[in-house]
Amino acid sequence: MSILVNKNSKVIVQGITGSEGTFHSKQMIEYGTKIVAGVTPGKGGLDAVDGKIPVFNSVEEAKIETSANVSIIFVPPPFAADAIIEASEANIELVVCITEGVPVHDMLKAKRIIDQKGTRLIGPNCPGIITVDECKLGIMPGFICEKGKIGVLSKSGTLTYEAIGQLVNAGLGQTTAIGIGGDPIIGTTMIEVLELFEKDNETDGVVLIGEIGGQMENEAARWVKENMSKPVVGFIAGQTAPPGRRMGHAGAIVSGGNDTAEAKMQIMTDCGISVCESVADIGNNMKKALTQ
Amino acid sequence: MKIHEYQGKEILKSYGIPIQDGYVIDNIEDAQLTINKVQKEFDTEAVVVKAQIHAGGRGKGGGVKFSPSTESALENCNNMVGMNLITHQTGPEGQKVRKVYITEALDIKKEFYCAITLDRARSKDVFMVSSEGGVEIEEVAKEMPEKIIKTWIDPLVGMKSFHAQKLALGLGLAGEAYKETVKVFIKMYKCYMGTDASIVEINPLILTTDEKIVALDAKFNFDGNALFRHNDIAELRDVHEENPTEIEASKFNLNYIKLDGNVGCMVNGAGLAMATMDIIKLAGGDPANFLDVGGAASAETVKNGFKIILSDDHVKAILINIFGGIVRCDRVANGVIDAVEELGLKVPVVVRLEGTNSQEAKKILSESGLDIIPANDMKDAAKKVVDAAINN
Repeated sequence: MSILVNKNSKVIVQGITGSEGTFHSKQMIEYGTKIVAGVTPGKGGLDAVDGKIPVFNSVEEAKIETSANVSIIFVPPPFAADAIIEASEANIELVVCITEGVPVHDMLKAKRIIDQKGTRLIGPNCPGIITVDECKLGIMPGFICEKGKIGVLSKSGTLTYEAIGQLVNAGLGQTTAIGIGGDPIIGTTMIEVLELFEKDNETDGVVLIGEIGGQMENEAARWVKENMSKPVVGFIAGQTAPPGRRMGHAGAIVSGGNDTAEAKMQIMTDCGISVCESVADIGNNMKKALTQ
Repeated sequence: MKIHEYQGKEILKSYGIPIQDGYVIDNIEDAQLTINKVQKEFDTEAVVVKAQIHAGGRGKGGGVKFSPSTESALENCNNMVGMNLITHQTGPEGQKVRKVYITEALDIKKEFYCAITLDRARSKDVFMVSSEGGVEIEEVAKEMPEKIIKTWIDPLVGMKSFHAQKLALGLGLAGEAYKETVKVFIKMYKCYMGTDASIVEINPLILTTDEKIVALDAKFNFDGNALFRHNDIAELRDVHEENPTEIEASKFNLNYIKLDGNVGCMVNGAGLAMATMDIIKLAGGDPANFLDVGGAASAETVKNGFKIILSDDHVKAILINIFGGIVRCDRVANGVIDAVEELGLKVPVVVRLEGTNSQEAKKILSESGLDIIPANDMKDAAKKVVDAAINN
């Protein structure tokens, strides 16, 4: 098993004819992802990615023709929320939005709409999902992963790669790695992903990487304490971030309450999570946590 | 993106919210005429002189002065234009006052706090009001949380009368003042939505002695990602309120934030950039900056990154930490060599490259003959750069 995606996932790429969409579609196909269609309004009937992938005008059309169940979005920020809603209206089960810079008010509305429909959204502003050796959805470098038993859950991109690199060095492979995104409003929360990892028979432990801003890590920690039987190793980025400044990610800002790295690390520790003070300890701490 | 009080009030006014009105000056020579204009137009002898900086806490810092006469108003303007205003939000270095807002003075009966912002945990907007206006809301939240009344607004439904009524009743208002306040709250929400704001705060909203509801201050923050559809708001940006190096960096699409330490760092990705700052601190150093060079770290971005970091005289050593995913490390290594050859090695540079083509990259750097310090992992890199900064 694994979570969210596997070798049977049939994927539509929204924005496939754009430069990002084309580049990453190639990379995903190379990894083994089953991309069955692309969508670019006005370019229906063409073929994309060296003539390999048929392009449709709408997600609805693409879904009817290919019975895809997953969509990945590479459209520019002003249109990304619409693309999410379109995928949801077409009954796509899982939507991953890579786009960075989606206006918050757009995302608020999109999230309410897709929640009513029961669509699962990952992102926006995320690196995507990878189920090792089966399916890569997004922009993560697949070759750094090794198949194994650790789930990785993070708000960030390259910091996720760092964690995966350390796990591999510590002799630990991964089941699925997910970047849920660094925006203030995102489709899937940490708790929802932890729930999936807890239920997944092949996952033995989870690396949870958060950052300053918001309460998601704190809620996740409390959920872990009540519900999680598998070991969780945590890290929070931004211990040295000045308050009131947005640190790259739209959501990474200390604005009061328990949203500092210090507060989150304390709450996570209190909830039984093995918290790494140093980012360099993620791999080794997971190794230790598994033997306890 | 933040704006000044006078700009925020103009926006509130355009949504039909009554404001404490006035005129802004940026030259002391205009003070006399402007004071007279405010006195005449608003039929008042007394005026208020208010320093326009983005940071909060202006009143306590001496940036808001009630001026009962023309003479006192003039004196206050004289003191304020060009002054260095220090508040708890500006930091000890303060902020230079370039603009002064001269407004009518109103007789206050009651002060309220009201604000709309995003509640991330609920994925809804929250409208908050309090009868404890005029003070910092964080203090009210700490001391008297029961004095804050909140209502959450479903983005698909919008703000309805019942939301506004609940809030206005919660403030203990009645009669005309109650009716007016309900209207103001609904207009505030329209303004929040219409401008893609991330916060609209009126603190205080006042009830005057003649029972009028007026916004005495206005604080806005706008979603930078939505500015593409609000050219009028984008034009309100005041670059004097921002760090010049940060503005320079943004021209190169680099995300840079200046900090107080002496160890510079250049990283790809915001999360890894924060983690790099943190591990520098753990190794006994202090980060000089946050710098995310983004997904496409080319020779050009590395060069620009170097220039930005080195424009800070405090920097004693630089750590480059790149985890190559899509970015190829060999290209980054060539970028580092180009940058060093062009700009010279003014301070020691520690380089840690991991991921795509990292072995080739290490070879390129070691064969370059340049005095670049290679590092194997983040812990090693942090130790080496902190040592280098101490010994430089």
